[in-house]
Amino acid sequence: MSTQAKHLSVWRAPALSMRWWPVFRRNWLVWKKLAIPSLVGNIAEPLMWLVAFGYGMGALVGKVTVDGVQVPYILFLASGSICMSAMNAASFEALYSAFSRMHVQKTWDGIMNAPVNLDDIVLAEMLWAAFKAIFTVTAILGVMLALGISYSPKLLVAWPVLLGVGITFSCVALIFNALAKGYDFFTYYFTLFLTPMMFLSGIFFPLEQLPPVVRTISQWLPLTNAVALVRPLFMDQWPTDWLRPLAVLTTYAGLGFWVALALTRKRFRA
Amino acid sequence: MIMQSGFSHSATMTPMPEPILSVQNLVKRYGDATVVSELSFAIAPGECLGVIGPNGAGKTTTIRMCLGLTVPDEGTVTAFGLHMPRDALAIKAQLGVVSQLDTLDPDFDCAENLLVYGRYFGMQDAQIRERIPALLAFASLTGKAHAKPGELSGGMKRRLSLARALVNNPGLLLLDEPTTGLDPQARHLMWERLQLLLQEGKSILLTTHFMDEAERLCHRLLVVDHGKKIAEGAPRDLIRQYLEPEVVEVFGNGALALADSPLKTMAARVEVSGETVFFYTIDANPLLKALAAHPQLRTLHRPANLEDLFLKLTGRQIREDA
Repeated sequence: MSTQAKHLSVWRAPALSMRWWPVFRRNWLVWKKLAIPSLVGNIAEPLMWLVAFGYGMGALVGKVTVDGVQVPYILFLASGSICMSAMNAASFEALYSAFSRMHVQKTWDGIMNAPVNLDDIVLAEMLWAAFKAIFTVTAILGVMLALGISYSPKLLVAWPVLLGVGITFSCVALIFNALAKGYDFFTYYFTLFLTPMMFLSGIFFPLEQLPPVVRTISQWLPLTNAVALVRPLFMDQWPTDWLRPLAVLTTYAGLGFWVALALTRKRFRA
Repeated sequence: MIMQSGFSHSATMTPMPEPILSVQNLVKRYGDATVVSELSFAIAPGECLGVIGPNGAGKTTTIRMCLGLTVPDEGTVTAFGLHMPRDALAIKAQLGVVSQLDTLDPDFDCAENLLVYGRYFGMQDAQIRERIPALLAFASLTGKAHAKPGELSGGMKRRLSLARALVNNPGLLLLDEPTTGLDPQARHLMWERLQLLLQEGKSILLTTHFMDEAERLCHRLLVVDHGKKIAEGAPRDLIRQYLEPEVVEVFGNGALALADSPLKTMAARVEVSGETVFFYTIDANPLLKALAAHPQLRTLHRPANLEDLFLKLTGRQIREDA
């Protein structure tokens, strides 16, 4: 009895329950107060990219060939950049905002004095960041529809896929949240991981443009696999190979959450 | 205070009822450092147990182990007949906690802070909203229902933290230095509120650095140092047990020389701290008469108190981490 506690590994299976829900609602209540400015911030930048590159560059580029099909550059870009928006929204929330709650405001410490355990808090933060991603994605999809970029009925399928993309990136980001000593740490994550990934995942130009070695690496990046699922849906097609990208994203999400939880448990065990 | 010592006396005489919280042989090590060592204590229903000790004595670690947030290396914690950490959630459902640092939500006003916190206990919104006016009134924050923590004074924030800890109507409160950093007015208001809670029959585990707080509120005290319990008992009993009843403090030009003068024999014990000499004695009269021959010295004659006890047991030197 006395020493059993010592052997409780941080790598033990997650102990999850519905107690994540009041934590999620807490974040929702804060966000409701700031929703409009937050929405503007979330969709203004991706839209500027889309308009400037899509219409500006699109006029120079013309059409791009995807799986043997010619598509307008703006459609090519829109279907890729929406994955990037999901990634960015989830990452920002699971890094800067979650870190504020965890470390700066000590909100998590307060919650853990109530009958809610750390596992459920991490789950709530993960789902909250994914929710922020799907909220941003929905708003951008609305604008894309208004601009007539795609009317594919398969966008209805793209929507839950993009929720999955949000979940994947919030799981991975929470690993870095667990390791962070301060906000500065996240700059590494953005400049060393997310920004290079943006350029290596076939968002702005087809992967065929990349040297073979880089292409091989690219095949294993989560963002590449997200684009592989979402882009065909924008083109009103089903992805030819959906199993592999889905498996890669699920692995990133599952492993990411497990590692994030273990490292967060370690952080709070001291 | 008279009423207080009466209560604590009877508490020590009657056998202890089934404790609401029981800690047995708790040990916590960080690397080579043993932060808590073989610590045992129990709290009876309706009792206020104070834990006093210098910074780094292991008070906060002990509270964290009682909450299941830190896992002890050895020992057991049981509360309400349940075992920590196995029944952590069931135990915490019946606890109220005020931690050393406020963890109030800065984005919410006072009422929202209470609402959101109640939800963590699985309470329905209607049920919480019904309690909010009484909780705010208890914290003297009725007019501040829509003020955010950033607009509150230190005392108001602590009282909001206390109100938040009461949202689930807990039977036992764990309060980690609830009045540190407050001005005397705010501190007295907090004491008054804690007295009310004790009158309602709640049990309290309180850590504090204020000896008058410990004496006023606590039926029983635990003195801890270096993670070990070094004394336990009712405040008045402890003073009686460890100290001579009277103290004469002497300071001023030439006071230090008295520590080694024949006056020494008139006291049971003499201590020097800074520029002051402390004479501990059973009867101060001969000493005071002798001191009249030194009119340049200033003297303070007073009964021995908890602070004397604390300093005797834990030493006068400043700790490195203090």
